[in-house]
Amino acid sequence: MMKFGIIVFPGSNCDRDVAYVTRDLLGMPTRLVWHEESDLSDLDVVIVPGGFSYGDYLRCGAIAQFSAAMRATVAHAEQGKLVAGVCNGFQILTEVGLLPGALIRNRNLHFICDRVPLKVERTDLPWTQQYQTGEVITLPIAHGEGCYYADEATLKALEDNNQVLLRYCHSDGSVNESGNPNGSLHNIAGICNLTGNVLGIMPHPERAADPMLGSTDGIRLFKSVLNQAIAAA
Amino acid sequence: MSHQYQAKVYVTLHPSVLDPAGTAVRSGLIHMGHTQVEQVRIGKYVEVLLTAENEESARQQLDQICAQLLANPVIENYRFELHALAAIA
Repeated sequence: MMKFGIIVFPGSNCDRDVAYVTRDLLGMPTRLVWHEESDLSDLDVVIVPGGFSYGDYLRCGAIAQFSAAMRATVAHAEQGKLVAGVCNGFQILTEVGLLPGALIRNRNLHFICDRVPLKVERTDLPWTQQYQTGEVITLPIAHGEGCYYADEATLKALEDNNQVLLRYCHSDGSVNESGNPNGSLHNIAGICNLTGNVLGIMPHPERAADPMLGSTDGIRLFKSVLNQAIAAA
Repeated sequence: MSHQYQAKVYVTLHPSVLDPAGTAVRSGLIHMGHTQVEQVRIGKYVEVLLTAENEESARQQLDQICAQLLANPVIENYRFELHALAAIA
């Protein structure tokens, strides 16, 4: 058993979708955590969901980073426990400094709502063990500010330390500019921190989890987390 | 006695960060006939009213405000102008 907590900010809108996956599809204890809560000690995995926290005022994720729940999430991560940020959650994790870089306006200015192919770069982490290295999966994206940016030194460190987990690609797995929907540097769609316990991804695995919705590529991310826990027990 | 200050904060993108919105505005300007426009970069302007013991303390507070929230140092720079308003008893 793993207990999931999903942070809910004013303006979050993917919190219930994640809860549907962890509670209803996977049968794991799950609770929604209001942003004013500061005790997350009962949780194994903290998910920072997608949406528009605090209206995305000023910058996406800028205000959410100072909430009580995010302070507790940082402490949770510092203990080596699992934290994942999806979409707006990824933006919040960069703002709060758990992950390097920033997510800025898409290169073409469009809000992109699509299903895109992604290459899984690394499968030795709790998040991706149910995938094959180099496998091409398809996940939904829905964002206006998903263009990953970091300075050259940070990008080099990310690559040198194999912190890039997912890259935008073509369906044949080739990674290049034409297979890059939003202008992200190095086609980055998802990264982890140095120790691998904090994940940030722009695509929505929770929207590709129920077979009724046409794809189950995303549920394997959640199943990976569970398998890892079973293996560790 | 403390003072009220008004700060005019300007947040701008690092030169290395793409500004697609600025590029779109430039293209609009060129369509309007302003063909001399070479570049447009869009930033943010924020007015902050605060009280502080003195100007030095106001500057320190504003540096924190800007570095922690108003600007994201990964992608943005900031600067501010400080204007002393009324003295407060």
